Amino acid sequence: MLEGPDGAQAVEAERRVTFGPRRSRSKLTSSFRTPLWHRLAEKTIAVLALTAIAAIALIFVFIAREAIPMFWESDFAQEVELPDLFFAKQWHGYDEPVYVWQPVGEPPKYNVIPLFVGSLKVTLLAMLLSVPLGIGCALFTAMYAPRRFREIVKPIIELLAGIPSVVLGFFALMVIASWAQATFGFHFRLNAVVAAIGLALTIVPVIFTISEDALQAVPRTLTEAALALGARKYQVALRVVLPAAIPGIAAGIVLGFGRAIGETMIVLMASGNAAIMELFDFTTSVRTITATIAAELGEVAQGDPHWRVLFLLGVMLFVVTFVLNLLGDLIIQRLHQRLTASS
Amino acid sequence: MRYTKKDWLLGGLTGLALVVILLLLSVLLGQIAWYGAPVISVEFLTESPGADMVSGGIWPAIYGTVFMTLLMTLAGVPIGIATAIFLSEYASPRSRLAKLVRIAVNNLAGVPSIVFGLFGLGFFIIFVGGGIDSLLYDDTTPVWGRPSILWASLTLAVLTLPVVIVTTEEALRTVPREIRDASLALGATRFQTVYKIVLPNAKGGILTGVILAVSRGAGEVAPIIFCGAANFLPYLPTDLRDMFMHLGYHVYALATQSPNVDAARPTLFGTVLVLLVLTFSLNLLAVIIRARSRAALRT
Repeated sequence: MLEGPDGAQAVEAERRVTFGPRRSRSKLTSSFRTPLWHRLAEKTIAVLALTAIAAIALIFVFIAREAIPMFWESDFAQEVELPDLFFAKQWHGYDEPVYVWQPVGEPPKYNVIPLFVGSLKVTLLAMLLSVPLGIGCALFTAMYAPRRFREIVKPIIELLAGIPSVVLGFFALMVIASWAQATFGFHFRLNAVVAAIGLALTIVPVIFTISEDALQAVPRTLTEAALALGARKYQVALRVVLPAAIPGIAAGIVLGFGRAIGETMIVLMASGNAAIMELFDFTTSVRTITATIAAELGEVAQGDPHWRVLFLLGVMLFVVTFVLNLLGDLIIQRLHQRLTASS
Repeated sequence: MRYTKKDWLLGGLTGLALVVILLLLSVLLGQIAWYGAPVISVEFLTESPGADMVSGGIWPAIYGTVFMTLLMTLAGVPIGIATAIFLSEYASPRSRLAKLVRIAVNNLAGVPSIVFGLFGLGFFIIFVGGGIDSLLYDDTTPVWGRPSILWASLTLAVLTLPVVIVTTEEALRTVPREIRDASLALGATRFQTVYKIVLPNAKGGILTGVILAVSRGAGEVAPIIFCGAANFLPYLPTDLRDMFMHLGYHVYALATQSPNVDAARPTLFGTVLVLLVLTFSLNLLAVIIRARSRAALRT
């Protein structure tokens, strides 16, 4: 083992990391330095710290556990053929192969593609609205707003982030839907556009907060150098600050996308929930993956084929958001490394 | 600095984005306050709803929300604070375990709320509750293995865990290194330092995090749809195994399943207002405590 004063320090530092005394130390000295209950408390803290890891693992395992029996259960095989979950099928009474989600139909039809299309339509439309709004707000507060104004605006937008999504869904359902129908003359009162506007209200704070942080983190030396070279403020904003902060903004967009695709209450209340396979018309009502799970699971018997398919949708949702989150985190980490390296 | 035309254009466009957002926010708050406020009365806050769900008050929903939120706090906050202590006081930033915990926390924060609902159903109700039932009872009627306030609270505790962890860790990091070193130099153990020096100094920040998590959890509806929220209950939950009414779920149920939405309108706006006041006052409290504890650290 290490010896001398430096060695003792190294041992102490090591102990901090691994908790409790090293094996090589005698029990007597270690119990003299830290009473038993302190060590117990420290062990407890270490064990509790694993909860987050355990939670992620348990979420995946126990959702998958309800979905996976579909691969061998005879009940399931009788009602659904696995390829029909994803591919168009020529149902009796239809002119051509179609993608249909009709779990209570006769026979029940479980094609998840219309739900994917619904989720993507609402999410993309919401991103189309919230990306310019979020980045615009961030650019304004970072570049043009006086300092005091910024200190007021940031908490206000954070306030928007604190509104429960059921309230935003209610607002979209009661207020935005009526306003949109009166203004644009929608045939369906509840549709993808209304849900997307409601959704944008939850995404804008995400994009705003992360983008604003990224814009603020751009070193002053860069902006000052540009200004000293005679650049105008708009040139500094668009050609210096914005490009330097692009990774942060990208992370905001990725995380916002993840939030949008997983949001439930707003789309459940404001999208109309009809599973129509319609790719380009945004004024028809849509049914998303999340809303389908929320609306249908309550009425399904445990272990039913329908139950299994809904949990399968949950697994897919989990995997997609998991990947998006990892991606977002990775981009933010890269950004920090780049900025600390350049300054 | 002189602004050119293009500066005005860029400033105007980005400013417009801000105006749009602020306008939407004020319309939202304004509408809810305008239509909700006249509905609020002592009876509305203290009575049970009538059989049609629309008449009467929303007391069981308020009670259920507060009860569930308390249970959730009791279950989740100690774990969250312990994790934050581990990350900031014990684990070296380079350790693989700490990195893994951090990745897990970040990902947990991004898991869709409806997936938490599936998790609560699959894990807490079917696996844990059903497991207890099969151990204790031969009967086939589920006692623990069914939706209840306990399982809903535990599900939400997992959902709010990342909020507690991230804000508490931030609070612990604001405690100056020197205070820790001084305590250790005087012969205090690492745990004594954490317990007697770091935690008291970070108290305000930790409280802020806890309140933010509570306000987030109080408003979530998607996870509790299958985990214990009830459409209508004639009694208040007294047992952990009871189902419960919830303000947010009440709004969802009334707005989407009511046969006559126009008749339900006033009740709906009133309920939304109560829910918003509840979450906003929690948020406001958090902001005030944060400002105070920052001022205290500066002096």
